[in-house]
Amino acid sequence: MSRSSVQIGADGRLKHLLTTEGLPAEMIRHILDTADQFVSVGEREVKKVPLLRGKTIFNVFFEGSTRTRTTFEIAAKRLSADVINLNVGASSTSKGETLLDTVYNLQAMDADMFIVRHSQSGAAHLIARHVKPGVAVINAGDGRHAHPTQGLLDMYTIRHYKKDFSALTVAIVGDVLHSRVARSQIHALKTLGVPELRVIGPKTLMPAAVERLGVRVFHDMTEGIRGCDVVIMLRLQNERMNGALLPSAGEFFKCYGLTAEKLVHAKADAIVMHPGPMNRGVEIDSPVADGRQSVILPQVTFGIAVRMAVMSMLGSQ
Amino acid sequence: MSLPDPEALVRTMAEAMRATIAPDAALVGIYTGGAWVADRLHRALALPTPLGLLAVTLHRDDFGRIGLHRESRRSQIPFPVDGREVILVDDVLHTGRTIRAALNELFDFGRPRAVRLAILADRGGRELPMCPDYLGAKVEVGRDEDLVLSNDNGKLRFAAVKRP
Repeated sequence: MSRSSVQIGADGRLKHLLTTEGLPAEMIRHILDTADQFVSVGEREVKKVPLLRGKTIFNVFFEGSTRTRTTFEIAAKRLSADVINLNVGASSTSKGETLLDTVYNLQAMDADMFIVRHSQSGAAHLIARHVKPGVAVINAGDGRHAHPTQGLLDMYTIRHYKKDFSALTVAIVGDVLHSRVARSQIHALKTLGVPELRVIGPKTLMPAAVERLGVRVFHDMTEGIRGCDVVIMLRLQNERMNGALLPSAGEFFKCYGLTAEKLVHAKADAIVMHPGPMNRGVEIDSPVADGRQSVILPQVTFGIAVRMAVMSMLGSQ
Repeated sequence: MSLPDPEALVRTMAEAMRATIAPDAALVGIYTGGAWVADRLHRALALPTPLGLLAVTLHRDDFGRIGLHRESRRSQIPFPVDGREVILVDDVLHTGRTIRAALNELFDFGRPRAVRLAILADRGGRELPMCPDYLGAKVEVGRDEDLVLSNDNGKLRFAAVKRP
């Protein structure tokens, strides 16, 4: 069974969200349009709507991530769901319980939805194939594979500032090799019809045969950034660096760190994005991160609305 | 039975409202038909408070059954709700569930002093205790029909439409 058919039911509705790969353009647009409604909820006196009242959502994080877990938690609470946060890495698995046993136990507590973060690629997919009908799974990051809600909130952000994808030049810069965010962005950007998609970084941080995804590869930052409408910086994943992929963080900053001097080569109205958490002075310079072209904090705000959209679509089955 | 002319009903409602509503009252129309009616009432009454609009999708009680509709319209309440008299305006009153959702949506923006209900056409069939303060007309349609307000180039018209 292909991943997309696990995600989308026979009736065409979203059942799980595991990856942006194979997600039809129409479904992506549906999610972004739905998120539009939720952006305004955050601006109200009462930041809560009752759509998921009575639903129980488990935030199951086998790998730590305070920010992603928090944004999912806020999104679920604004939809009135009951949310339980489980830092599984620190409990069951260390006692020897398998991934699926953990899930079956939570399912026996009448879970309606699982939000799963795991260091192994495919973990959320495995869970989605084993949960009961009507129970939804959202992949909140699996290994190097996918982080679809991050990819979708980035699409929301780009659409918000640039309106139309069909004439954009977009560059993704940095540690593409370790980045599930980059993969989710590339699939979504290609599906939405971005004509010029570039990845920029050193050879050691570029996946083999990345061109097959329909991107142009640049090893020179200035050349790659030239004429871009959108510049997406990736976090240098120090914790995933095993072996000598890089000489040093300082050397990386010199070649691929986004500074004001490098950013002038992009279009004057280019936006700068970063999925967070940022390493200032490693992949991005502070004056750029805090500058007028940065939309890094709006990304966070939009991320809540996009997660509310996905959860509400999954929660109505 | 012939259906009434909505434009004439709006004029009748405006007269009744002019005599009784508070000077700082705010009109709030429920999308889509209620927004058309509220817009007309707002102009006829020349109220100083800007017109508000409510989208009720986020508070609908049939979400679990039919899911979330794609909805580009958002509630817009361009005045402070706290302490104000709010007149909710809708085109057709049937089960009362839309009004229940609209009240919840309205209260997300603050605590009004009072809420009144202005309805263009009451077709009966209530499932909740809702009663209009201002009413254009009672209209009879078949149980298998919907009373639908349409806007043809700025002219409001009623139609009775068989449910699929």
